[in-house]
Amino acid sequence: MHHKVVVVGGNRIPFAKAGGPYAQASNHDMLTAALDGLVARTGLSGSRVGEVAGGAVLKHPNDFNLTREAVLSSALSPSTPACDLQQACATGLETTMYIANKIALGQLDSGIAAGADSASDAPIAVSDPLRRILLEASRARSAKQRIAAFAKIRPGHLAPLAPRVAEPRTGLSMGEHQALTTTRWGITREAQDELAAASHHRLAEAWDRGFFDDLVTPYLRVAKDALLRPDTSVERLAALKPAFGGPEGTMTAGNSTALSDGAAATLLATEEWAAEHHLTPWARIVDAEVAAVDHPAGEDLLLAPVGATGRLLARQGLTVADIDLFEIHEAFASTVLATLAAWQDEDYCRSLGLDGAIGTLDRARLNVTGSSLAVGHPFAATGARIVPTLAKLLHERGPGSRGLISVCAAGGQGVVAILEAV
Amino acid sequence: MSALEKAFYSPVGRKVAAKAGLAEPPRLRRGRDFPRGPLVLAPLGPSTLVERTLALVGRAFEAPVVDAGEEAPGYGDRIGALIVDATDVSTVAELEGLRAVLRPAVRGVERSGRIIVVARPGGAGGGWEADAVARALDGINRTVAKELRGGATSTLIYVHQGATPADLVSTLGFVLQGRSAFVDGQAWHVRPASTPEASLAERPLEGRICVVTGAARGIGAAIARTLARDGAVVVAVDIPQAGEGLAAVANEIGGTALQLDITADDAGARIAAHVAARGERIHAMIHNAGITRDKMLVNTDAARWGAVVDVNLAAQMRINEVLLAPDMPGGMADDGRIIGVASTSGLAGNKGQTNYAASKAGVAGLVIAMAPDLGARGITVNAVAPGFIETDMTAKIPFVQREVFRRSNSLSQGGSPVDVAETIGYLIDPASRGVTGQVVRVCGQNLVGA
Repeated sequence: MHHKVVVVGGNRIPFAKAGGPYAQASNHDMLTAALDGLVARTGLSGSRVGEVAGGAVLKHPNDFNLTREAVLSSALSPSTPACDLQQACATGLETTMYIANKIALGQLDSGIAAGADSASDAPIAVSDPLRRILLEASRARSAKQRIAAFAKIRPGHLAPLAPRVAEPRTGLSMGEHQALTTTRWGITREAQDELAAASHHRLAEAWDRGFFDDLVTPYLRVAKDALLRPDTSVERLAALKPAFGGPEGTMTAGNSTALSDGAAATLLATEEWAAEHHLTPWARIVDAEVAAVDHPAGEDLLLAPVGATGRLLARQGLTVADIDLFEIHEAFASTVLATLAAWQDEDYCRSLGLDGAIGTLDRARLNVTGSSLAVGHPFAATGARIVPTLAKLLHERGPGSRGLISVCAAGGQGVVAILEAV
Repeated sequence: MSALEKAFYSPVGRKVAAKAGLAEPPRLRRGRDFPRGPLVLAPLGPSTLVERTLALVGRAFEAPVVDAGEEAPGYGDRIGALIVDATDVSTVAELEGLRAVLRPAVRGVERSGRIIVVARPGGAGGGWEADAVARALDGINRTVAKELRGGATSTLIYVHQGATPADLVSTLGFVLQGRSAFVDGQAWHVRPASTPEASLAERPLEGRICVVTGAARGIGAAIARTLARDGAVVVAVDIPQAGEGLAAVANEIGGTALQLDITADDAGARIAAHVAARGERIHAMIHNAGITRDKMLVNTDAARWGAVVDVNLAAQMRINEVLLAPDMPGGMADDGRIIGVASTSGLAGNKGQTNYAASKAGVAGLVIAMAPDLGARGITVNAVAPGFIETDMTAKIPFVQREVFRRSNSLSQGGSPVDVAETIGYLIDPASRGVTGQVVRVCGQNLVGA
C-alpha cells in the first residue's frame, strides 16, 4: 500500500512586507486567494479535492477552522474536506507531508497543502487581568455584579499585548537566538550580506525569465514579490546597522527575513489522478524527516534540520553529491551559512548521532531562484512556496533530478524533505 | 459619474433629452431568443435554399405581404422578421420584387426584429448586370438598416453557388437570434463547405478547447463566459499582472488560467504545451488581447508604435505560426477556427490612433490573407470589428464625448461585450465552416468604418 505521490502544481500570492499592501487582508482572505489561483491554473473549479491541509502560525480566534472556511470561500467544491495544522515556520512543509503521506497510504488520491500568515493582521490580546475581569463581568447575573467586576479595571490592564516572536522557554527572540548561533559558528557579516544579495538577484532573474508565471497569481494589485530588491548589492547591505547581537552584531534587517504577509498552496496527487485531470507531474515526494534540538539547554535553535538531513540522506542511501538542488529556508542568512558549516563539521554531526559529516555544498546548487530573504517569509506559507518551486526546477532539469528542502522552525525544530523529478 | 452625467440621467434630464431628440435607446433582444412575431419568408424566384435552411433552424414561416401599388400595404400584427431569398435576383428589374416585400416589412417589423436578404455575390461570372445588382443589394441593406427603428437590424448574406442549407444554417440562426443584436447593416459571405447537415445547435462548442487571450476582463472575459456557455473548455490567457481577474474568470466558467505575455518568444509554444498536457488540440484560437497607446502621429514615438503593433498584430502572427505547424502537439486542430479582433477605428481610421489603426486594419488584412491558404485543412480565419462597446475602458471617455460615440450608430447605443462574444461564438461554431476570410463588424452600423 504505497502509492507514488507527485507534485503537479502550485500557487501563491506575491509575498509582501507586513503592514504593506496586504495590511487589511486576513489569513482567510490570502489563503482563499492562493487556493483560487491554484484551482484556476489546474482547472479544478467546482471539483472535489481529497483534502486540503493548511495552517497559520499567527492565528486569531476567528481563524477557527481556517482552512475549511477558506475552502468554502474558494472555487473548490464545498464537499472538499480540510484541516488545520501548525508547526511554526515549517507548517507549509508539514502540511505537504501530511497530504503526501495520506496519498502514499492510499487514503487520498489528491490533496492540497497550504499555509498562510499575516504579520500585519496579527492578533492583539488584552492583558490577562483584564481578560479575567471581562470574563467575570460576562458571568455576572446582575447589573450590580457587573459594575463590581468592571470597577476592578486599572489603567495598566488596558495596554494591548502584541504577539512576540519569542521562545517561551528562553525568552529570547528568534533573532537573538540566531545571533548566538552566528557567533558560535563564526559566520561573518560579509558572508551573510553576500548570501542576501544573491537571494535577491536570483529571485529577480527568475521573475524576469517568467519562471513564476505558473507559480504565482497576483493579489490586491500586487503582481510581484514586494520585498524583492533587484538592485541591492553587497555594498548597500554592508551599510545597514546591526539588528541582532548588540552593537558588534553581524545580523541586519538586510540579511534577516522581514515580517511578511502571504499564502501559498501546492497540489499533490497520485500519478493516475494527475493523468485523469490532464496535469503534468513535476516531481515525486521521496521522503521526509523531522528533528528537534534542546535549545533550552543551549543548543542552536535553528539548526535542527541538520540532524534531520543527515538521517534522511542515510535512510535513502544518498549523499550531498546525489542531490542536484537544495532549498534551505533563509530564516536569516546566517542560519543557512551555519547550517552549511554544520554539515561539514565531523564532530558536530557525530554529536547528532550521524556517522560523520554530511558534506560540503556547492553554493551554485543552493536556492537557485532565491529564497525567503528576497521573497519574504509568511511563516506557514514558506514550505508550500518552496515545494512547487523546487518541483518545477527539478522538472526543468529532467527526470531523476533530486532536490532537498530544509526548513527550520521555532521550538528548535526542523523538517527536511527530498523530491525527485518524474 | 460626473454631475452632468447624473443630471442627464435624472427624471427631469431624461424628459429634456427626449424633447431634444435624444430618446432613450431601444433595449435590444439578446441571447438565443428568436423574434417573438412570425417569420416571413419571401422567395423572389424558384430557389428553396432559404426555405430548406429555415427547416434546419427549426422555425415555421409565413407568406409575405407584397406591395402591389394601390395603397400602402401592411401586416396586421407586427412580424418578427422578413427573410428574402434573393438568390435568383440578377437583373435591375428584379430589384423591384425586393422593394415590394421590403416596403411593408420595414413598417411592420417588431422591436429588435430582423430584415435578412440572402443573395448571390458578384464576380461569379453572371455578367456586368449581375455584379451591379449584387452591389445594389449592399446599398439597399445599409439603407434599410438606417431606416429601421426600435433595435431592428438588417443583414445581407452573400451565399455562393453550391452552398447548402447545412452551410447556411449557423449564419441564418445567428442573424435571427438575439446573438446578433449589435450587428447591423453588415454583409458577409457564406461559401460551400460540405458542412454535415444538422439542426441549429444549442451548445455547438461542447467539449472543444477554445483559447481566449486578454480574458481577464472586458470583452475577453465576456468571450470566455459566452464560449463556456456554448459548451467550450476555455483556456483563459492574460498577462501575469492580470492574473487575479483571470483566475476569477477561469474559476467562474470552469476553465483554466494561463498567465502569459503573448509577446514572449515562447508564447505560442506555451499555449500549445498547456493544451497538449490536456491531451487535446485547439478548436478555436481567439486573439482578443490588445492595447492602446493613443497619441497624435506628431507625438507617436517608436516605443508607442512598437508596443501596439507588437501586441495587437505581430504577436498573433507568431502564435498562429506555431499553432499551425501540423505536427505541433496541442496546436490547431483540422477544422479549427482562428479569430482576430479588428476595430472600426482600424477600418475607418481614428485621430490619435495611427498605431492602433495600423494593428487593427492589419488584423483584417491578415485574416483575409490566411483564409484561402488554410481552407484545405478546414480551418477558417475570420475577424470581428467592434465599434463602441461599453467596457471599463470606454467608461473612462468623458461623458459628452461618450454619449456622442454611443449614439453615432443606427441603434443609438453602445454595444455590450457579449455582442462581440456572440459573434465570435457564431464564427467558431463547427457549423460555420463556410464562413472564412470575413470581417464582421459589431458596431450597430457605426457611422464610421463602413
